Amino acid sequence: MDKNRNSKLLNWISGNFGFTLISILIGLIVGAVVLSIAGFNPIEAYGVMFKGVFSKPKYIAYAIIYATPLIITGLSVAFAFRTGLFNIGAEGQYIIGALVAALTGYFLKFPPVIHAILVIFAAALAAGLWGGIAGFLKARFGVHEVIATIMLNWIALYLNNYVVMLEGFKRPQTEASYEVHQTASIGLFENWKVSDAGREWLSNYPFLADMMRAPVNLGFIIAIILALLVWFILNKTTLGYELRAVGLNKDAAEYGGIGVKKSITISMIIAGALAGTAGAIQVLGVTKSVAVLAAMEGYGFNGIAVSLIGSNTPFGSVLGGLLFGILQYGGPKIQSALDAPSEVINIVIGTIVFFIAIPKFIKLVLSFRRKKRGEQHAS
Amino acid sequence: MLASIAFIIGTTLMYSTPLIYTALGGVISENSGVVNIGLEGMMTVGAFVGATVTYFSGNPWVGFLAAGLAGGLLALLHAIASVTFGADQVVSGIAINFLGPGLSLFFSRFFFEGSTMTKPIPLNQMMPRPFNGVFPKNSFLDQIFNQYATVYLAFVLVFIVWYVLYYTRFGLRIRAVGEHPKAADTLGVNVFKIRYIAVILSGIFAGFGGAAMSIAVVSNFRPTLISGQGFIALAAMIFGKWKPQGAMWASLLFGAAQGLIVYLGSTAINISSQILAMLPYILTLIILTGFVGKAVAPAADGIPYEKGER
Repeated sequence: MDKNRNSKLLNWISGNFGFTLISILIGLIVGAVVLSIAGFNPIEAYGVMFKGVFSKPKYIAYAIIYATPLIITGLSVAFAFRTGLFNIGAEGQYIIGALVAALTGYFLKFPPVIHAILVIFAAALAAGLWGGIAGFLKARFGVHEVIATIMLNWIALYLNNYVVMLEGFKRPQTEASYEVHQTASIGLFENWKVSDAGREWLSNYPFLADMMRAPVNLGFIIAIILALLVWFILNKTTLGYELRAVGLNKDAAEYGGIGVKKSITISMIIAGALAGTAGAIQVLGVTKSVAVLAAMEGYGFNGIAVSLIGSNTPFGSVLGGLLFGILQYGGPKIQSALDAPSEVINIVIGTIVFFIAIPKFIKLVLSFRRKKRGEQHAS
Repeated sequence: MLASIAFIIGTTLMYSTPLIYTALGGVISENSGVVNIGLEGMMTVGAFVGATVTYFSGNPWVGFLAAGLAGGLLALLHAIASVTFGADQVVSGIAINFLGPGLSLFFSRFFFEGSTMTKPIPLNQMMPRPFNGVFPKNSFLDQIFNQYATVYLAFVLVFIVWYVLYYTRFGLRIRAVGEHPKAADTLGVNVFKIRYIAVILSGIFAGFGGAAMSIAVVSNFRPTLISGQGFIALAAMIFGKWKPQGAMWASLLFGAAQGLIVYLGSTAINISSQILAMLPYILTLIILTGFVGKAVAPAADGIPYEKGER
């Protein structure tokens, strides 16, 4: 009985979820080791980080706001992954989505709600086409999508910088664009919360009042809806079935009458549209404008890590994104509180991804332990 | 006019150099069959270690070698994952790209009083310029040839890598395990060992590339110093069709784009530097579509090798 439960536990650990948990644990341990080498108390540092995220409603709200775009770029990468493609281009697709959102949010004039919906669709469409370029190049010319999307990322970055600096879009004396109109905003109660009535009402609810100090917006809800949508498309539709079939075995799918080339392009379009939506909701919910980028902001690259941590599933991407948001928002707090370098977060994340890349290693360690135990029983 | 040409050639050489080292690293790794998109992270570590060790030791050559060592150590992780444990090489490379900048900035803050920028290296401790003073100051030849030693070393390494890869037994083995690991294994070549060496070498070269940036082109390390150069080097390697000489020409082309940007920035000519900066990436995409001759990666590039696999 006990033995049975033990082997069940082992099986569970050897599943994807278990590997991920072990990888996260190893990542945190490596982070702790690096911190203590540098002369900091890792328990104290992690404690500061934890308190810096969970001790106030405002902090929690911020962590979720940080996590939101990462959840969606994670969904983008996960979607492509399930169809056998590696979307390193979420970064560029995000940039295109953000740029188009800023453009349509500023130049178009529509009533509230309709404006925001139109902007998000425009951004998703543009970024979908951007991702589609990589899909098309792969389907038509056999160009590896990893390389094509890396190139497209940089083209997107420079395109963004070019467009932001254009006369009429660039706000004078800044390196950023004009802000989107209020009608395109997805912020929650933005005007109301600073009005007299809003302040008075909120003063009765300290929890909500504190939370509303963060730029709370609809983004997280959109992210959850998108996660459900991705799950639905992948698991409950013919399209999803075909795309997954291509991901599992291209040749078998071809033999089964599925248009492999077409599905590669479609898959990259959907992945691109998702990442573009991430850019759009960030602009409409938080930044309100786009700026000249000196370097990649990392939403796409972090999305890759989010997807990997989430075992490339929609639900996993939500959890992975939240973990990432917590680490990214909590990380800088050890800088201000302890003077400890917040870059330890990147080391932790790098280590997690590294160990997720080598499930064989964890399997090896587990089987080694099992063998040893077996030997003991034998003697 | 002549002065402008000399200036552009000079800046082109300077900016191409970090790319040449790193792209050569990519050539070695990918010819052995291991995709290395972690070049960016390895280059960053090289730039940081190069600047830091030079600052503390006062000797740029010590810094340069330390940068190679650091890049090689990071590459060792990539080798362990992708060779021994058959990891997805792209995923492992992504991990490296988190670790490289993470470690660099972390230790920069540790060594330089909380700053992510290392302290500037004094002028007299920068990489030497072997042809300094040989030609009259600011003359045509001086503008072109008065370069840091790292520039010349890069071209020497192109020749060495080309020779080793195509004219030595070791080079043949690298290419064999990259094209057909099973056949190489059958003939008694140790696939794992060759791939380990190739990946570590690629890290050493990428580390050199980073240092060529932080102790020659500029005089310190900062967070945005490398941002993207490792990926440009990756593009240059593909553009150069996985060959050392090709990677060199592509790096020169990408460096020239940079040189032009710098030159045009100093004049009134109104071509957007952003559009110019885009060109190398667009060109690489066009090359990849096969319009400009076919670019073929080594057959086993990116595929983990397992003994006894059929």
